[in-house]
Amino acid sequence: MFKCLFWRKFKADFQYMTESKGIWKVIGASSLGTLIEWYDFYIFGSLATVLASQFFPKTNPTAALLSTLATFAAGFIVRPFGALVFGRLGDLIGRKYTFLLTLVIMGGSTFAIGLIPGYDSIGFLAPVLVLLLRLLQGLALGGEYGGAATYVAEHSPNHKRGFYTSWIQTTATLGLFVSLGVILLTRHNLDADRAKSIAKFNDWGWRIPFLVSIVLVVVSIYIRLKMKESPLFEKLKTSGSRSVNPLKESFGHKVNLKMVLLALFGATMGQGVVWYTGQFYAQSFIENVCKVDFDQSRTILIWAILFGTPFFVVFGSWSDRVGRKWIMLTGMLLAVLSYQYLFAQLLDTSDPKAKQELVEKRQVQQSATLIANSADSLRKTVTKSFFDDEMVQVETKTDTVYADASRTTVKADIKVAKTLGSSDYWKMVFIVFVMILYVTMVYGPIAAFLVELFPTRIRYTSMSLPYHIGNGVFGGLTPFIATLLTTIYTGDKLVGLWYPLIVAGLCLVIGVLYINNRVDPKIDD
Amino acid sequence: MNQIKRFAGILWMLLGPAAVYYLVKTAATEIGKKPVLDTKIQWAVFVVVFIPIAIGMVIFGWYAFKGEYDHLPENSDELIN
Repeated sequence: MFKCLFWRKFKADFQYMTESKGIWKVIGASSLGTLIEWYDFYIFGSLATVLASQFFPKTNPTAALLSTLATFAAGFIVRPFGALVFGRLGDLIGRKYTFLLTLVIMGGSTFAIGLIPGYDSIGFLAPVLVLLLRLLQGLALGGEYGGAATYVAEHSPNHKRGFYTSWIQTTATLGLFVSLGVILLTRHNLDADRAKSIAKFNDWGWRIPFLVSIVLVVVSIYIRLKMKESPLFEKLKTSGSRSVNPLKESFGHKVNLKMVLLALFGATMGQGVVWYTGQFYAQSFIENVCKVDFDQSRTILIWAILFGTPFFVVFGSWSDRVGRKWIMLTGMLLAVLSYQYLFAQLLDTSDPKAKQELVEKRQVQQSATLIANSADSLRKTVTKSFFDDEMVQVETKTDTVYADASRTTVKADIKVAKTLGSSDYWKMVFIVFVMILYVTMVYGPIAAFLVELFPTRIRYTSMSLPYHIGNGVFGGLTPFIATLLTTIYTGDKLVGLWYPLIVAGLCLVIGVLYINNRVDPKIDD
Repeated sequence: MNQIKRFAGILWMLLGPAAVYYLVKTAATEIGKKPVLDTKIQWAVFVVVFIPIAIGMVIFGWYAFKGEYDHLPENSDELIN
């Protein structure tokens, strides 16, 4: 009797351990591939300036046009299109082979971008190829996330779906983290001299982050090839109840379309703007508005991501117990209520007027170079100011000194770069960390939420589209629209925040009114 | 609560065209101020991308107004049929 009970318990424990090990393999394989896809997608954005100089010379209007298309089209048009193409495929042939395909397309495109000769070598072919490959990247990304989230969710036990899918949710932020890290490491390690290293990076070193991707992709493909198809999809396949036309079923039938619209306007739209404001816009704001130097503006984000990432899992797991709705909506509410204050704090922290300058330490260097075929010269004045809290501000002013003394430069070109002191640096890390905490609240539980809204036979298609419109279009446009607003309404440096505030506020109201807090007891339907 | 959901539907239906009007007006003003190719493409992308979303908002409002969200589906039978 005792032996029998012991044996039964041992078998149950062993089964639990085996299943548990299995789910971690599923999560590992899915997350690694998704992380690599995000990494591939972000390095292009992070290296936009370098790529522009290599492939899209401003002096040539057609190349500049291709550059604009590469920036906008890939993120905002192609991603939802990729969601439709691969979502449909995933519901027809299966999750495993579809997100394997997206990984191959993404990895191949990224590697190929690293190999394309510059505009100087092959002319127009260079920007055309880069544009095509960037479009392929957008297409692949549109198909990846829905597949990975669905695949993990369909392997997860019902009471732990939020917890297990939250690991997939960490990948977008970790992809950004890895891309920033690889870029900074490459930029600083090509030569013992920092300036020479940066020059080498801008010349050819930028290719390394693209080429490195192929190693990661091959490893991930190998791991994914060994994975089995999702058990719920296998069941559908065996019973012959797969969808014949997932697009029509997802968007052509009112009963499902209304859920797609609810997912978009009541959840993913707000999640997208909170995600992009807390990470991309915050980094862009610190660099371009607060004028903090290139390296610090990125390492601030890197630290904040490092501290914030575990909270994806915390909130994903918590959502299994208290429901998805209120965690996501609380994140949106906190963002709406505090963004103005947090961004104002970023501005104040880097404001030299709030600090005491150590005037005796100020260094001014002036140099002048003659302008070719002219008696005028270009004067460069570099002023280095030191402040009581260790902040150092370097102001580079360039103006023209005319031979005709009665003429003066109408508007000098002034560039400012600040290196923050230790306490201000960590204060900024904390502020960005708070914003990333909001990101983890809105994003941690959302995969489980989306998976539970739709049935297995059209899940991949139905959840991918609202996700990529919310994240790619509403979210992806955040840095552009916010920056655009600051150029239209020049008096207010925080005016760019109105876009995320309005979108997140609207999504919050819709979410509160229409979404329910129910955790689906089973998604096997 | 269902009454609020339905009346709010009217608001969502109005929000779609209002957003498109504001977007097109701003696009025209900004292109007028700086009529270079970059500005045109940028605003064209915004308008092209947001018009279908605004239409989606109107449909969402219509469904809300008609009471489609009074009860959310509990299982797939309610979704597929």
